[in-house]
Amino acid sequence: MNCKKSIICALRTVSLCVVVAISVSTFANSEELGEPEKEELKFGFIKLTDMAPIAIAYENGYFEDEGLYVTIEAQANWKVLLNGVIDGTIDGAHMLAGQPIAATMGYGTKANIITPFSMDLNGNAITVSNDVWQKMKPSIPKMNDGRTVHPIKADSLKPVVEQLKEQGKPFKMGMVFPVSTHNYELRYWLAAGGIHPGFYAPHKGDTSGQIDADVLLSVTPPPQMPSTMEAGTIHGYCVGEPWNQQAVFKNIGVPVVTDYEIWKDNPEKVFGITAQFAEKYPNTTIRLTRALIRAAKWLDDNNNANRPAAVKILSQSNYVGADYDVIANSMTGTFEYEKGDKRAVPDFNVFFRYNATYPYYSDAIWYLTQMRRWGQISDDKSDQWYKDLAAKVYRPDIYTKAAQSLIADGTISASEFPDFSIETGFKAPQQHFIDDIVYDGNQPNAYLEKFKIGLKNGEKL
Amino acid sequence: MSLSAVKINSSTITERLIKVAKNTLNKVTDMMLLPIVGITIFLFVWSITAQSIHTSLGEFPGPNAVVKQFSSLYDEHVIEREKAEAFYNRQEKRNAAKLAKNPDYVTKIRAYTGKETFLEQIITSLMTVTAGFIFAVIIAVPLGIWMGLSKRINSAFNPIVQIFKPVSPLAWLPLVTMVVSALYVSDDPMVSKSFITSMITVSLCSLWPMVINTSIGVSTINNDLLNVSKVLRLPTLRHIQKIVLPASIPMIFTGMRLSFGVAWMVLIAAEMLAQNPGLGKFVWDEFQNGSSSSLARIMAAVIVIGFIGFLLDRVMLQIQQKVSWDKSS
Repeated sequence: MNCKKSIICALRTVSLCVVVAISVSTFANSEELGEPEKEELKFGFIKLTDMAPIAIAYENGYFEDEGLYVTIEAQANWKVLLNGVIDGTIDGAHMLAGQPIAATMGYGTKANIITPFSMDLNGNAITVSNDVWQKMKPSIPKMNDGRTVHPIKADSLKPVVEQLKEQGKPFKMGMVFPVSTHNYELRYWLAAGGIHPGFYAPHKGDTSGQIDADVLLSVTPPPQMPSTMEAGTIHGYCVGEPWNQQAVFKNIGVPVVTDYEIWKDNPEKVFGITAQFAEKYPNTTIRLTRALIRAAKWLDDNNNANRPAAVKILSQSNYVGADYDVIANSMTGTFEYEKGDKRAVPDFNVFFRYNATYPYYSDAIWYLTQMRRWGQISDDKSDQWYKDLAAKVYRPDIYTKAAQSLIADGTISASEFPDFSIETGFKAPQQHFIDDIVYDGNQPNAYLEKFKIGLKNGEKL
Repeated sequence: MSLSAVKINSSTITERLIKVAKNTLNKVTDMMLLPIVGITIFLFVWSITAQSIHTSLGEFPGPNAVVKQFSSLYDEHVIEREKAEAFYNRQEKRNAAKLAKNPDYVTKIRAYTGKETFLEQIITSLMTVTAGFIFAVIIAVPLGIWMGLSKRINSAFNPIVQIFKPVSPLAWLPLVTMVVSALYVSDDPMVSKSFITSMITVSLCSLWPMVINTSIGVSTINNDLLNVSKVLRLPTLRHIQKIVLPASIPMIFTGMRLSFGVAWMVLIAAEMLAQNPGLGKFVWDEFQNGSSSSLARIMAAVIVIGFIGFLLDRVMLQIQQKVSWDKSS
């Protein structure tokens, strides 16, 4: 090799290095999150405080940071909202955890809805009218200062229900949707106190959920709960905030128990999109999940320090629109039961702590067990069936991608998330239920055997 | 002689003057004073009764509370405009950054994604009602002329018209909603589904007065005019153009005026349910919010709805009088 050639050689090596370097860097770039495929999006919500992550992601510009131009629109009720997502008039929505599960299963309208993001924990309560409260109160144990001991169990409601039954009048309560968290929570609370909330029998065409019922449950949209109870159509209801606190403010009813007391840190709303949307617009899906995670984190940052600012946003007429004080009551960590009986419930609304945003399979399976318990699922299913359906709806894989990209660009530290390398999507057996029954998401059928009231293996109506 | 004549003259002049003065005074009292008195009494009764109605959302709003809401609605509009401005600025910067990164990127300016303000909702409502009304005119007038021209067709269609005429928009709406969402499918729709739904509902309800009036107007054309047409042997289209239309225009416009009134009333209900971002949605949203100012805001909307309805009717009346050759009707 002569000198000339060696120079050329050297040049060649250098250029080769450059080429390699460039290709490596482009490879790294392709790992980075791409531009959103769909930039203009419309999200729906129901006027409840737990829609906060969507409002915050918009108002704080997190959606815009992802290059997403989002319009947020209140929907009339849960059915309209679900239909909107299915027919594509809205791209995604604040949904009841049971809605994507039921839709994918084909209970009600069939459509494969998925959720990459769980919106919050807790946030609901059960309220009864003043009249019912006066009748319940004598049988509730009191503390030294005269206030009632919490949690209040449905045992104290039982005599009131029986008394009405003897007079031949039905005891009626409102919940927000047949597959809503509220329906299952209300049923759980009633059944734990020995009151039968009624079975569904969809295979016989009976979707009223009132077979064998001591208490008749029916659907009322959340914002109309207080006025429906005031009109005397229902004696009580289970709903999210601010509609329980509003009953206190309006002096028409008393919240008796929060869902935090029925099941500590129960999963509540989810963000639902169709499976087709996630498939067609993968970058958009990850990006909107990123924005929502950031919003949830902001809501819980520094021990709820941002909550007053969040309440101010939520009280705008285009979001929840109720008075600041009403929303602030529960959002800022207190809850007013009987008028004047304000107690600290720091975890009444949890948006980010305790991995609240991660879509756990075990959460989906809990909803499925309750659907089976009350007959919405008519037949026995294997444990594997529960797990397969949960995996079809809950998508921690999308969540993980969004979270990892947030960790990679330094927005949120890895310690704020579950350890993705070992996370299975199943929470350890959970104990904090009002009736002390332990729930293990790995064994749904065994769990169903533990309930006194409810369908068990082999039972069909 | 001449003196007495002057006297008579002057006395008649003063008499006339007094008469004119009296007339104008009467007119002024009729036109201005009496309405003012009426409104004052109404405001008085309103504020008294409002104080004694206690709802679970607080006191029923009196005139004061409503006026306050008007100004706060305007303030909200101004704030929202500023936010929109900032939104466009941010978007421009973002687009520029994207363009710098990727020269092939096709920039697109997106409309502001924030909430509609009260003023914008009024405009949406006006646009929806006008669109629905025009759609109704396009169907109703030809149908009415056709029915008016032939007794047989009239008796064939009349029962249908009579049956559909009293149907409430609320009954139509679920059907319209489902049909629209089934048929109106597009990736990049020009207008939203809720707009189409409310518009068609408005059309369906405002169609009938126009059909009936047009057909009556056409069927009651003076026989002399019809005979002229017969003598001249005008072909059908010429007959309609030269004889039927001019002769029945007053009735057609009477029908239109009635229809427009119906359309405006129906619109509010349709928007409430279809969630079209107009005044109906405003009322519904405020009702759902249940905040302490909700009732006052709804009352403000009620006044605006009434006022616009009144203005629209005046405009239609003016047009009706302009096109009518019989100025006395």
